[in-house]
Amino acid sequence: MKHLDEYRDAEIAHRLAAAIHSEAANSGRRYRLMEFCGGHTHAIFRYGIEDLLPANIEMVHGPGCPVCVLPTGRLDMAIRLAKRVGVILASYADMLRVPGSKGQSLMKAKADGADIRMVYSTLDAVKLAEANPDREVIFFAIGFETTTPPTALAIETAAKKGLTNFSVFCNHVLTPSAIAAILEAPAVRELGTVEIDGFLGPAHVSVVIGSQPYEFFAEEYRKPVAISGFEPIDILQSILMLVRQLNEGRAEVENQYIRAVTRDGNVRAKQAVSRVFELRRDFEWRGLGHIPYSALRLKDEFAAFDAERRFDEPYIPTEGIKACECPAILRGAKKPTDCQLFGRACTPETPLGSCMVSSEGACAAYYTYGRMREAAQ
Amino acid sequence: MNITSRPTRLAARRLDLAAGRVDLTHGAGGRAMQQLIEEIFRPAFDNPILARGDDQAAFDVAAGRMVMSTDCFVVSPLFFPGGDIGSLAVHGTVNDVAMSGARPLYLSAGFVIEEGFPLADLQRIAMSMGEAARAAGVAVVTGDTKVVERGKADRLFVNTAGIGVVPAGVEISGGRARPGDAILISGTMGDHGVAIMAQRAGLEFETTIVSDSAPLNGLVADMVAAVPTIRVLRDPTRGGLAATLNEICHQSGVGMRLDEAAIPIKSEVLGACELLGLDALNVANEGKLTAIVPATDAARLLSVMRAHPLGRDATMIGEVIADPARFVRMATRIGGERIVDWLAGEQLPRIC
Repeated sequence: MKHLDEYRDAEIAHRLAAAIHSEAANSGRRYRLMEFCGGHTHAIFRYGIEDLLPANIEMVHGPGCPVCVLPTGRLDMAIRLAKRVGVILASYADMLRVPGSKGQSLMKAKADGADIRMVYSTLDAVKLAEANPDREVIFFAIGFETTTPPTALAIETAAKKGLTNFSVFCNHVLTPSAIAAILEAPAVRELGTVEIDGFLGPAHVSVVIGSQPYEFFAEEYRKPVAISGFEPIDILQSILMLVRQLNEGRAEVENQYIRAVTRDGNVRAKQAVSRVFELRRDFEWRGLGHIPYSALRLKDEFAAFDAERRFDEPYIPTEGIKACECPAILRGAKKPTDCQLFGRACTPETPLGSCMVSSEGACAAYYTYGRMREAAQ
Repeated sequence: MNITSRPTRLAARRLDLAAGRVDLTHGAGGRAMQQLIEEIFRPAFDNPILARGDDQAAFDVAAGRMVMSTDCFVVSPLFFPGGDIGSLAVHGTVNDVAMSGARPLYLSAGFVIEEGFPLADLQRIAMSMGEAARAAGVAVVTGDTKVVERGKADRLFVNTAGIGVVPAGVEISGGRARPGDAILISGTMGDHGVAIMAQRAGLEFETTIVSDSAPLNGLVADMVAAVPTIRVLRDPTRGGLAATLNEICHQSGVGMRLDEAAIPIKSEVLGACELLGLDALNVANEGKLTAIVPATDAARLLSVMRAHPLGRDATMIGEVIADPARFVRMATRIGGERIVDWLAGEQLPRIC
């Protein structure tokens, strides 16, 4: 894997770490940097990147984990849809173990007899619908901008094929809205947030949307952004870029991930999304609350493929487990180890909160890769 | 009914091995079942104990310690690059027996067959099992077949059990790892699991990755003969190396420190894991082992392992340490540290 080895090279990592140390050591300030994306959180722990950073740089874990931010009420809807007679619910595997309300999950519903199939791509769900013309196939669509274009293509494909038994339960959400919510929404401020000095911008999301949407945050909120790849060298280099910007009083969008991200992103993917989807007036996020225009829904012309309109399944908001700190963790206000349930009642085997289920959730990353640090304290 | 039952020529016509399928009569205990045994299983496994045709296998018991192990095989797809459910069922149990340091001797084989299963596939799998057993130097001495209605099983399930004899002076158990011991592995990690996942329906993914499925008893025999002080042997199958090392830590009440850069992973396997969002340390192997030995014997054991074809890429990957929390820690390639944990649930691909 030559191409990957370059981005995991120990010598380059040590050189970057040394540069970060020399830039950050004598500034007399703290650097609180939020990696928005769960993929970055995962990589930071998997490679032990924090071990290479000076003590005055703190990585704050953001809400960029689609499994984690989906509110329980939406998962309950998916479970109810799956339990309908004649329905096949096609889902990405990540969703199966996420706890809904009352201890329910798709995995348990599957064991109870609901027909839930794991798919690796949206087109597999379309194929399922073709192969089962007497069944209703519902694709449980979740994710940020990375997974949205494939859902749009699946809907267009189903339309072109004239399928009448395929629909999408759409839970696609938008990255810029979540960043804005963290920075400005009064509701979020009331819930308590942390001061964030700069952002590590998402890798795959930015491949689609480009670097341009972040320019607003840099200008308006004076927060530097460095769009970063997922490899350890990418992350270290991006941290160095943010430290330099902060030391020099700059607040710009810098693109470390130039091998994949352009300013405009993937134009064709964005076009596919805008052909099929429109902004949803309101969407509830776990941890961030209701954020206006932060998610997508199917346009009226594709209403026949919209599971929410087709099956008239109501959204019933539910209260999460009281002691669960997922909401505060998703805002970066608390660390997983601040939660009383972490590692005791809530583990990857018995997850109570969404941040413990997804491998990209901050709690799962702490638990799986980093809990020796807590034990050492 | 038992597949060791008396050989008699009962059917007027031979099985249609080209186009025929298993039906419920093949499990009903009558002539059809007898014919299935006679024409498919007996030729594949042929050995003197099975040929006696009794309902049980009879053999002399060796002096000393014997070990026994059993394993069920439900792999999908049934045929994959580097093997099939038949060879896997032999290797899996041979290896479980061998991980005590024992010399595996005899296997049993049980088949649960779904109605409609092609006879040609059944024969191919039985032949592959027989071949794998002969190559490993073990005999399939007793067996059983059952046929279930369509939909009550997924094509074919196989169970094997194995018996082996432990050489005198060998004392191997997952509870014997001690701080300071060296941790060795016999080769690259993750080959089997990735080979299977790449084949799975719905995952159109082209790769040349071949399963490492192989019998490890020959390698183990060389190892215990040269270094009888080996404390732990285990084959990192389901859950991969991560699960195996965590099991050992829990059994022995110790921790471990690994060096990521020392763990060999084929570049194609690494590439596939990247695409699928998997960690190769959680992915199954079927022809690899991990050995824990006193550090003073590590170099000698390593050279013995490297002299065997199945241990060519053997290497030392870390050491056992004292740790009441029983963590498996790993120095990452870039110089950080992390835990290598058991896998929670099924290993799932990432979605973004």
